[in-house]
Amino acid sequence: MLRLLYLALALWFTMPVAAAAQSLQDILQTHQDEVLSPGRRSVGVVLDDLVASGLPQALPFLESWRDREIVQRDSDGLFFRVTEDGDTVTLQDLDTGDTLTASEDDLTESRPNGGVRRAIGDALVQFQLSDPDIAKRKAAVEAIARSMDASQLGPLAASIDDEPDAELKETKTRLVGMLGALFAETTDARVSAIEALSGDLSVDVRAVLNRILSNSEAVAASVPEDANIARMLVVGEDLTATDAYTRLVEAELAPALITKLQIREALVANIDGDAVSGVPVATLNTDAARALAYDLLAADGTVPPRVDETTQTEAVAAHRFFVQYAETDPAITDAARAALDNIERNVALNQSVDLGLDALSLASIYFLAAIGLAITFGVMGVINMAHGEFIMMGAYTGFVVQQFVPDYTLSIIIALPLAFAITFGAGVLMERAVIRHLYHRPLETLLATFGISIALQQLAKNIFGTQARPLTSPEWLDGALVFNDVVAISYIRVAIFVLALVFLCIILFILKRTRLGLEVRAVTQNPGMAASMGINTDRINMLTFGLGSGIAGIAGVAIGLYAQVTSEMGASYIVQSFMTVVVGGVGNVWGTLAGASLIGFLQKGIEWLNPSNTLAAQTYMILFIILFIQFRPKGIVALKGRAAAD
Amino acid sequence: MSMLLEVSGVSVTFDGFRAINNLSINFATTELRAIIGPNGAGKTTFMDIVTGKTKPDEGQVIWGEKNISLLGMSESQIAREGIGRKFQKPTVFEAQTVRQNLAMALKTPRGPFAVLMHKKTKPNAERIEDVAARIGLSDSLTRVAGELSHGQKQWLEIGMLLAQEPRLMLVDEPAAGMTPEEREKTTDILKEAAKTRAVVVVEHDMEFVRRLDCKVTVLHEGSVLAEGSLDHVTSNQTVIDVYLGRAHA
Amino acid sequence: MQRSFLAQNPSVLWFIAILAVFTVVVTLMSEVTGVGLISTSFVKTLGKTLCLCLVAIAMDVVWGYCGILSLGHFAFFGIGGYAIGMWLMYARTEGIVMTSLAGQPIPPTPAEISDAIGNQIFGVVGSSEFPMIWAFADSLALQLLMVVLVPGLLALVFGWLAFRSRVTGVYLSILTQAMTLALALYLFQNDSGLRGNNGLSGLQNIPGYQDVSQATVSIIFFIASALALAAGYVFFAWIVSGKMGSVVKGIRDNEARVRFLGYHVESYKLFIFTTTAVVAGIAGALYYPQAGIINPGEIAPIASIYLAVWVAIGGRGRLYGAVIGAAFVSLLSSWFTGGGAPNIDLGFYVIQWTDWWLVLLGFSFVAVTLFFPKGIGGLFDYLVRKPS
Ligand SMILES: Nc1ncnc2c1ncn2[C@@H]1O[C@H](COP(=O)(O)OP(=O)(O)O)[C@@H](O)[C@H]1O
Ligand SMILES: [Mg+2]
Repeated sequence: MLRLLYLALALWFTMPVAAAAQSLQDILQTHQDEVLSPGRRSVGVVLDDLVASGLPQALPFLESWRDREIVQRDSDGLFFRVTEDGDTVTLQDLDTGDTLTASEDDLTESRPNGGVRRAIGDALVQFQLSDPDIAKRKAAVEAIARSMDASQLGPLAASIDDEPDAELKETKTRLVGMLGALFAETTDARVSAIEALSGDLSVDVRAVLNRILSNSEAVAASVPEDANIARMLVVGEDLTATDAYTRLVEAELAPALITKLQIREALVANIDGDAVSGVPVATLNTDAARALAYDLLAADGTVPPRVDETTQTEAVAAHRFFVQYAETDPAITDAARAALDNIERNVALNQSVDLGLDALSLASIYFLAAIGLAITFGVMGVINMAHGEFIMMGAYTGFVVQQFVPDYTLSIIIALPLAFAITFGAGVLMERAVIRHLYHRPLETLLATFGISIALQQLAKNIFGTQARPLTSPEWLDGALVFNDVVAISYIRVAIFVLALVFLCIILFILKRTRLGLEVRAVTQNPGMAASMGINTDRINMLTFGLGSGIAGIAGVAIGLYAQVTSEMGASYIVQSFMTVVVGGVGNVWGTLAGASLIGFLQKGIEWLNPSNTLAAQTYMILFIILFIQFRPKGIVALKGRAAAD
Repeated sequence: MSMLLEVSGVSVTFDGFRAINNLSINFATTELRAIIGPNGAGKTTFMDIVTGKTKPDEGQVIWGEKNISLLGMSESQIAREGIGRKFQKPTVFEAQTVRQNLAMALKTPRGPFAVLMHKKTKPNAERIEDVAARIGLSDSLTRVAGELSHGQKQWLEIGMLLAQEPRLMLVDEPAAGMTPEEREKTTDILKEAAKTRAVVVVEHDMEFVRRLDCKVTVLHEGSVLAEGSLDHVTSNQTVIDVYLGRAHA
Repeated sequence: MQRSFLAQNPSVLWFIAILAVFTVVVTLMSEVTGVGLISTSFVKTLGKTLCLCLVAIAMDVVWGYCGILSLGHFAFFGIGGYAIGMWLMYARTEGIVMTSLAGQPIPPTPAEISDAIGNQIFGVVGSSEFPMIWAFADSLALQLLMVVLVPGLLALVFGWLAFRSRVTGVYLSILTQAMTLALALYLFQNDSGLRGNNGLSGLQNIPGYQDVSQATVSIIFFIASALALAAGYVFFAWIVSGKMGSVVKGIRDNEARVRFLGYHVESYKLFIFTTTAVVAGIAGALYYPQAGIINPGEIAPIASIYLAVWVAIGGRGRLYGAVIGAAFVSLLSSWFTGGGAPNIDLGFYVIQWTDWWLVLLGFSFVAVTLFFPKGIGGLFDYLVRKPS
């Protein structure tokens, strides 16, 4: 509504002028001379009238004018747009767009010079910036943001007041701020523009400030008076003497060093019989010997002499090395520095929030992957090496469901319980067939389940092949929740976090509020006593194993959504899951949560310290865990009582 | 009389439960002592503390003529100081022969290198045979310990204690699961051992304790309730209330 | 001492005798003697198998006798391989570089030589600098020392940390697995200084003996492996017999009891863990020159688990069991995965063993754990004891 009002107002203002000159040709005819041979000054009048006219055809005219496509027909003095195609010359009416042919002799070209064309360009921008079509205005603003040119500041600033669209107005204002910081006329104007930017975290603002602060390293005998110095470089601290000399050479302030390669080439080129300057070739197998031979050659004047150490040191000592801003005004660079520092502090703060979110989502994944393992380990003291393969089974279940149910939302809704059911079944089967027979032999259980793990992995490979299978997430999980330019988190990660939270609640509920949970806790704390109290430990073991495996299946679907589904995916999570359980402390949901959080945050933290190398990050993390176990062998949340004593 | 072991003011708490409560108890260099008390009185926990398995929250455990504190020491150090222990559940190395079990316990250097270079010698063999004779397992030296009867395993464990030649023997419920004849023999072994060292026996069976014929300490809720001859403590009203009354009910 | 020990353990003598006969027969039938019944590549396979048997008995001692299910001993094996591989690769590249530099108009400087070698070796990971850890690569003696020193020190430090804080059982297994994983991940990095996932290659070429045929080299390594296995067998048999064996088995069965007998259990575990690690390193140093290449994948946790599988299938707590298990499973495995086993046509489906071997191995491993906890060695016992 408001926009319509703006539009109406704009139209109303432009109306009288438009009424005075109905067509473009009319306006051009009133300024015939200026159009034909425009001067830097005189062109202003034409442009003003054109802009004021608000005619839609003025815009293409300006473009053509700038591109030197406007001609005057000598016979009647009318202006046309011209296109030449070989010998035929086509004229186009500027108002109607009708085409007609003409002979070349009858035409005089309008030839605006560089300055004029720039002025036309500015007017064009202004035109586009106040074009009634919002798409065009947006495009113009984007073009300015891309090129960031001094000439754009004026027109852009002028177009702000009349901008009807609030959002675009905001963008324009920001852009004017950035352009002002770069190009405003006076130092004060620039400084205040820069200061106004210091609250903005966006990348383009940081780019603008960095552009103002662009600097270069330089060397001179003495620091130039008018230079805006960022800082001085101290030889020995900021750069090595060798580097310093290299810079002198680059700046042509000192003779180049003779490299070892050059020495070698010079020697090879001057071999005389089996010696170089009398030095036998066979002895030239050390740098010192080669240098000696070269010096002899240099003494003969065959080759340029080497630059010796003292010359180098003296040359370096005789010069100043410094970093110099391209911007000469220190007031501006200082302001920019302060603004950038402020922004960077802010960005760092936001980055740590972002990192925290990343870590949280990683922790959720570890929690989901490990909680099933923790439950079975806690209750039965059994490490299930095939846990990772249950994760894989869950993920493949998701994949298979998607082959039959093309709707991604629906397929995920089906896949989650189905994955649970399948892995629950597999877990129960494994417990009945294998693990039950190996109680009190934990190490052998570990190995037997490992046997199952390799068999399952290979089976998956045989069935699904070695290539990664996609598990596509529903559309509403695409994209990310964006807080600002720095902080963002993808919806899938949010979903996994929610899933982990839901599972935490479900498991806590089962353990704390149900009969099954009571029995499970009893068996965890003292299996013998629990059995003598009439609890069917066999059944409890079976159910907990099924439950643990079922959760692994669900974790598999969740992990498959954001990572690839392969037959080896389980293996990549199993060690992390063990770590989570061991670090957290066995047999305790909170312990697993603590372990997952610690490992998730730690991994992200290490990755942040050493972003280029994720392998190193993982290595360090495992080393940390090994050390951690030294100090808390029972994990963060240690189970107490006789059960834990041995 | 100088004391071999002085336990004073020791307390242990498990998850807020005070298993040992300001316990003080002393043993002379040569004596036979019986400790009795209801289940959960803290008898085993007391042994855990002396042998270094459990670290007390407060209190002192002082050992020997030089008054060394045992609290900072590891289990193996304490064992090498001369404190031997028999567990409530018989624990012998079932996969090894009686001779190997005894040889392992025999008082010889305990370091890995010494053990690696260990050679069988005649005196050692005689010591093993001597211990075997005392526990009545002379004929079973080559048998695998796992094949022994329950009572024989108990004796083997006592034999391992003897082979260690400790100055203090802590014996936790040695007579549990034994036939009357076996008990009698066990009493003899213990009484014999107590002639040259301190022997502390934890036992429930009153007949067994009576036959030991020694000073008795009654433990209740982690501290000493009464101490003296068996007749003395069994006539104590509190002891009757908390222990005997229940046991005979 | 040694004589009486061997006299008391006739099984050790039997083992040595069988191994000796086997070695002689294989040597006589190899291509070296001209008989050629056994191909050079099969001699290599047999030699490698002997090395695997050696690391398997080390594993048996640490797990079967001492009760520590280490999932890190194949990592020590790999470290031994890397240590010797560094010398092999350096020395051979040096030879090649020297030959190519010999044609130059002036003799090369040491720096030029080292640069050229560095370029050859580290070109694949985009570097030419020699990392610190290659400082001794030019000396065979020092690298041989590394073969025992690096696994030994690593085991010592790791074991000291773990045993000191009384990490036992499943926890310890997971911790050793973590150590292995950390090592593998470290080696996978390009800037690990060991050529990242390219690993070290060309190890079958023995520097200075380019003229000797691979047939001869393979037989020499085969015999060396047999000697190492024999020595390792005798050494471990000596350790696990006698009083040391008693204590170690005691620790396996009831650690606390041994402690209350006055033994410092941690020292014993550390001793066993470290010695077996050193032997594993030696086995690796003999294995990889026969394999020709080593890369971080070899060290991955799974390899150490396979090692445990061999020992379990062969029979824990008896050294010959480990040998049987390692030889049997690894040879069978290469027969199946190498396409040696005939495929089975079920009509509707053809079972290709290259695909199905692991499934079979996995399930038979479960079966062995469930039904034959004493492994093949147990079967042996059964057969030997029955008639008497
Ligand atoms: N490690 C432990 N954790 C928790 N409670 C313990 C532990 N050790 C002993 N207790 C408790 O301390 C009390 C004393 O136990 P114990 O010394 O075994 O008694 P007893 O006199 O029957 O040998 C018991 O209630 C027991 O449950
Ligand atoms: Mg007790």
